[in-house]
Amino acid sequence: MKQGNKNYIRKNAPVKPVRHDVRQTKTAGGNFIDKLHAYRDLHAHALFSSLGRLVASPFTSIMTIAVLAIAISLASGFYILVVNLQQLTGSLETSNQISLFLRDDVSDSHANKLADSIRQNPDVQSVKLITREQGLAEFQTYSGFGAAINALENNPLPIVIQVLPKNSLEDKQGLESLLKNFQQSPEVDLAQVDLQWIERLQSILEVARLFAILLNLMLGLAVLFVIGNTVRLELHTRRDEVAIAKLVGATNSFILRPFLYSGFWIGFISGVSAWFIVNVLMLILRQPVEKLSGLYDGSFHLLFLSFTDTLALIFVSSVLGVISSWFVVIYQLRQLKPE
Amino acid sequence: MLKFDNVTKRYPETGDVLRNISFHLRHAEMAFLAGHSGAGKSTLLKLIATMERCSRGQILLDGQDLSHAKEKQLPFIRRKMGIIYQDYKLLQDRTVFDNVALPLVIAGYGHHEITRRVRAALDKVSLSGKEKKYPFALSGGEQQRVGIARAVVNKPPIIIADEPTGNLDPELSAEIMFLFGQFQQVGVTVLIASHDISLITQLNHRVLKLDHGQLISS
Repeated sequence: MKQGNKNYIRKNAPVKPVRHDVRQTKTAGGNFIDKLHAYRDLHAHALFSSLGRLVASPFTSIMTIAVLAIAISLASGFYILVVNLQQLTGSLETSNQISLFLRDDVSDSHANKLADSIRQNPDVQSVKLITREQGLAEFQTYSGFGAAINALENNPLPIVIQVLPKNSLEDKQGLESLLKNFQQSPEVDLAQVDLQWIERLQSILEVARLFAILLNLMLGLAVLFVIGNTVRLELHTRRDEVAIAKLVGATNSFILRPFLYSGFWIGFISGVSAWFIVNVLMLILRQPVEKLSGLYDGSFHLLFLSFTDTLALIFVSSVLGVISSWFVVIYQLRQLKPE
Repeated sequence: MLKFDNVTKRYPETGDVLRNISFHLRHAEMAFLAGHSGAGKSTLLKLIATMERCSRGQILLDGQDLSHAKEKQLPFIRRKMGIIYQDYKLLQDRTVFDNVALPLVIAGYGHHEITRRVRAALDKVSLSGKEKKYPFALSGGEQQRVGIARAVVNKPPIIIADEPTGNLDPELSAEIMFLFGQFQQVGVTVLIASHDISLITQLNHRVLKLDHGQLISS
């Protein structure tokens, strides 16, 4: 170096002819395959380095991912709730059973006679009588209010006659005239078509379904903003790196790439965490729900997130991550000028 | 190689920072850009580096019009020049190797080519064996040489240096200048902004002198 120094400082140093240094400045070196490999390496590097950065600041990452996982699990939890309730009404849909609640002063034998007379009705397929005692026993088994009912002096439950009309009686008018008929008999306190409350339940479910969609949209927006803000902070801490990369000729897509992967990871990990949260909650709920389903002759089984649901959940949260970081970085790059 | 044609740069707040600048740097020519601070040296370099656009006139780099280049072309224009900064602008959390490799990674070179070229560039600035060190573990002169290696690793046809010896003592400055001389000898155009008059006069090169935004000698 020192020797070279002296050489250089000598005035009018002769220009040596170019020999070894063959300059090929116009294009990036290597053939197409090399470039393809280099491109793949860039993506692989961005994929793992962005994960590495998440791991490098575990506290921040865990906080962010926890918030997102809870938001996403709320959305998917509500979705699976609606799916389960829909399954419930699905199994009940065909039943147009009529329940007759008899007056308190009607005796069991009287009720039996009434049941027999109803059985004679050509529109009726079958009749089932539930005495006060049967009703009480059933109620004690399933309701969990056994002790409270024991404390009561009298059995508060009425005699119930369950009437299943003939299948031919599917039109509403026929059903209603039959109902009116029952209502008019003096022993009957209240005659009720079960289908009616199913219809009500279905319209409530329709509202719930709509609400679930709106809730999912809102939570999706929240996820967008949270990931966007996280990526913005990351961009802020790495702005020197971004500025230098720009100065040595980085395109926007080169700068964007690691941030897109960051967004992807945050969304992906949050989605997987949300899946775990939902499943743990469902496992906690499963036993009480199965018990409850006994009331409906075990026709109801708790539905978990299906394979497709799981894929969709993780896919959507990953895509939300990528989209929000794309927006944030593009917007910030417009603001950022290299110094 | 680099041609300024009646270039004016005006800022709304301060008025004309550069006025009617015209000069032409030929292929493999080495020149100093001199002038007191505030004379417009930095602005002129920013115009070349496409960090700023000129208000009037035309700047041609290797026949390409910088003043009217589209935003999307700017990264590719910047790859044609090696820029060296007074404050080195190194990534402190990356090794010397990664710092020097950055322009090649950005340009999409393959792994082997990158390794080969980075080694060659570090060898050129006498930093072989320091690939794995971090910039903060190096002296000022060494850091500047890393900055130079990064600027030349892509083999750009033109090197632009903004006060490259501003933070260095005279001996180190002489070493850095020697390096620039070597690049010029292999056909690189070199433009060095400096206010170090003694250094400039010591070396017999063309001097572009700026004063209050005007070129008073070239």
